[in-house]
Amino acid sequence: MNGKKIIFASLLISMAVAAELVFPPAFAQKRGSASNGSPSNQEDVYAPLGKAPKKAAARRNPMENDSDAVSAGGNLFAEHCAECHGEMAEGGRKAPSLLADPVQQATPGTLFWILTNGVVRRGMPVWSKLPEPERWQLVTYIKSLQPGEKTPKSAPQ
Amino acid sequence: MQRSSASVRVRLCLLALAIAAYAHRGLAQESPYIVTYDHYLEEPGSLEVEYFSTFGTQRGGNDFHAFWGEFEYGVTAWWTTEVYLDAQTTFNESTILTGFRFENRFRLLQLEHFVNPVLYVEYEQISGADKILKEVEGHDVEADYAVPNAIARKEHDHELEWKLLLSKTFNGWNVAENTIATKNLTGGNPWEFGYAIGASRPLALKASAKRCSFCRQNFIAGVEMYGGLGDRHDFGLHDTSHYLAPVAAWNLPSDWTLRLSAGFGLNDNSHRFLLRWGVSREFDLAEGIARMMGRKP
Repeated sequence: MNGKKIIFASLLISMAVAAELVFPPAFAQKRGSASNGSPSNQEDVYAPLGKAPKKAAARRNPMENDSDAVSAGGNLFAEHCAECHGEMAEGGRKAPSLLADPVQQATPGTLFWILTNGVVRRGMPVWSKLPEPERWQLVTYIKSLQPGEKTPKSAPQ
Repeated sequence: MQRSSASVRVRLCLLALAIAAYAHRGLAQESPYIVTYDHYLEEPGSLEVEYFSTFGTQRGGNDFHAFWGEFEYGVTAWWTTEVYLDAQTTFNESTILTGFRFENRFRLLQLEHFVNPVLYVEYEQISGADKILKEVEGHDVEADYAVPNAIARKEHDHELEWKLLLSKTFNGWNVAENTIATKNLTGGNPWEFGYAIGASRPLALKASAKRCSFCRQNFIAGVEMYGGLGDRHDFGLHDTSHYLAPVAAWNLPSDWTLRLSAGFGLNDNSHRFLLRWGVSREFDLAEGIARMMGRKP
């Protein structure tokens, strides 16, 4: 394998990196509209919540009375979600706040449906690779978040 | 090993370490498969740096240790791109770089369905000495790998490979099936076909309330089977090789993933034993680069 091929491979990686750095709006959630955006921006960012089928939205959270679910969900959030949504779910460069009313008022079934299916066109991957109980633990954690507070009702360990 | 090859490897390692030093922790929840692909793509903006090894026994030749690096990047939630650099050591012969692969995977449907299809397109520029066995196709048989490096490396292949990846996760189980079609662009070789199937499951479906390295949910175990299906002129199992491999992955809270696979040849055309292992870590590439450049991400 000669140097030219290595350079070609490096160029391909560089192109992908450049695409991410130069055109992030095309690949990421709309920015800045998470916790302090205008109402119209909020409607747009959180519109996918309204796409959950009624049957899915009506599902009950089997973990809502599980005493460990908030802590376990918090650990899962730190591992898989905080990178985009912010460590306190306040929203980040790539993804909106989960403290906002549309999320906090959504049914557990709706949040579970969004986690399972992602919002692929807007950059949120599908998370069906997490087992169903773990997704419900995440929903429990997200629903435990209190807007304005620094920590949820039960912080992850 | 050629001096220039070693130098390139050192530079790639230094680049990966530099990004790792600046990047935010990644998000690892990797499948244990080494050959089979499921339908989950890289998270947008994440770079997964992976190293894999394959130790293979060889009848009629020297055993070998093939190894490769993967740089897998999530461009969007529906598009993942990846570059591989392949190399191998054949014992009592030599260590050589054997080529590169450039791969793209595209998620075809937005929502989760009963079966989730992903289109895989790969361009390979490899020598005949490539032994990573990342996929088995056509009439690949063990005897092909007995050719000494000095001769095999003179053969240069430019291949276009298509895969249809089908995958489903239910009740914690992932089941994946890959159909492979490969065309060697050099010479008049026919289309070659192959398959890979896999099933896996975490040892626990609920996360524990405490972060821990040895919790059962961090371990995923499964099995995969892969092999060739002949070519356009001779489709079927005649003169093909097949493998069955238990696989396991350990997803550490520190965002490292370790994988192990012990593959067993299922017929006389197959290597008797393929031991594979790998280590990988994910980084938020854009954030890492922004921090390196002194910008707040």
